[in-house]
Amino acid sequence: MFDWLQNLADWLVYGVFGLEESSKLGIAVNFFFYDTIKILILLMLITTLMGLVNAYFPVERLRDFLQRKKLYGLENLLASFFGAITPFCSCSSVPLFIGFVQGGIPLGVTFSFLITSPLVNEIALAMFIGLFGIKFTVIYAVTGILLGTIGGMVLGRMGLEKYLSDWVQNLIKAKTEASEAYRAEQVPFKERLKAVLHEAWGIVKSIVIYVIIGIGIGAAMHGYVPENFFAQYLGSGQWWTVPFAVILAVPLYSNAAGIIPVIQVLVAKGVPIGTSIAFMMATIGLSIPEGTLLKKVMSTRLISIYFGVVTLFIIISGFIFNFIL
Amino acid sequence: MKTIKILGTGCPKCKQTESVINEALALSGQQAEVIKVEDIQKIMEYNVMSTPAIVVDEVLKMKGKVPTVSEVLALLA
Repeated sequence: MFDWLQNLADWLVYGVFGLEESSKLGIAVNFFFYDTIKILILLMLITTLMGLVNAYFPVERLRDFLQRKKLYGLENLLASFFGAITPFCSCSSVPLFIGFVQGGIPLGVTFSFLITSPLVNEIALAMFIGLFGIKFTVIYAVTGILLGTIGGMVLGRMGLEKYLSDWVQNLIKAKTEASEAYRAEQVPFKERLKAVLHEAWGIVKSIVIYVIIGIGIGAAMHGYVPENFFAQYLGSGQWWTVPFAVILAVPLYSNAAGIIPVIQVLVAKGVPIGTSIAFMMATIGLSIPEGTLLKKVMSTRLISIYFGVVTLFIIISGFIFNFIL
Repeated sequence: MKTIKILGTGCPKCKQTESVINEALALSGQQAEVIKVEDIQKIMEYNVMSTPAIVVDEVLKMKGKVPTVSEVLALLA
C-alpha cells in the first residue's frame, strides 16, 4: 500500500540529496521521510474515521443506552469498546466521568470507559499501524479493550463509591432529573464530513511536531544503535523488565505520537514485544496530569487504587505477551 | 448584550474556542460578555459530557468541539 511512498523516499534521499544508500545517515534520513509521511497520512485517515463514528454515535447516546438496558456484564465490554473509539482528550475525561455516574451508570462500568479511553485512541492506533503493522495493532487494541473491561469489573466489585468526592456522591444520590434522551441532530452527511475533516486536521496539526520529533529520534537510533543492542540487557530472559518498564512509564508523561516511534526502534533492536507493549500502555494509559485532573472528583485513595489496579493488569498483559509472542 | 460562556477545564481546545469566539465577535461587530467557566462543578450544571461547550444566554448551544468562525456567527445571529 505504501510502496509508492518508499520509492518517493528513495528517490528523494538517494537521488535528490545524493546520500549513500548504505550509509548510516542515508538509512536514517530515508526512514525519517518515509515514516513521517506515512504516519501523517494514517493519522488523518483514522482521526477522520473515528470522528465520523463519533458524529453518528456520540457518548451521550452510549450513556442513554447503558441507562436503559440491562446487559448482564456486557456493559463493561461495551463501555470499554466505546472508550476506545471515542476521541480522547485528557481534559474531557472528568466531565465524562461525572456525566456517567450522574446518569446512574455503575462506577465499575464508568471505570471501564475511563481506562480504555486514553489507552486505545486514534493517535496511538494510527501510529501502530504505520510502525508495527495491522496484526500488532489489532492485538494492542483488543488487549486494551479487554484490560478496560476486566479492570472496570474488578474496580466495580470493590465498593469504591465512598471514595468519590463529596459533591460527586451527592450527585449520585440526587440521581439527576433523567437526562433528556439523546436526539440525533439532522445534519446532512456532506456537512458532517466537512466538520469532521476540520476537526481531524486540527488534531493532526496539533501533534505533527511530536510525530516529527519522535520519528527523528527513532530514525537516529535506527541508523546508529547496533542490532540486538538491547537484547542482552532487556531481553525476554529477564522477567523483571516488564514491571520495571511499567513502573518507569507511569510517571513518564508523553503523548503517543512522540513515544511510539522510539519504542518501534527498541523492538527492532531486541527489546521483547510484551515489555514494549506494557511500557506503551503505561505511558499512554496512565499519567500524572490525568491523576491531577481526577483529583477533582475522587479522593487520592481512589486514584491510587485505580492506578494500582490498571498498573497491575498492564504488567500481567506484558508477561502474557512475552510468553505467547 | 449577550453573555457567552465557554465551558471547559482549561485544555488547548477551550482556548482555541475562546479565540474563535473573539474573532467572530470582532468580525460581526457585536458586543458580548465572554466568560470562561473552568470549574467542573459549574460545568456539570449544564449537563455536558464533552467539552468545550458554548452557552449563549444560559442556553447550551454547542458541545464537544472547537467551532468555526461561521458556526459562532450563526449562534449569535
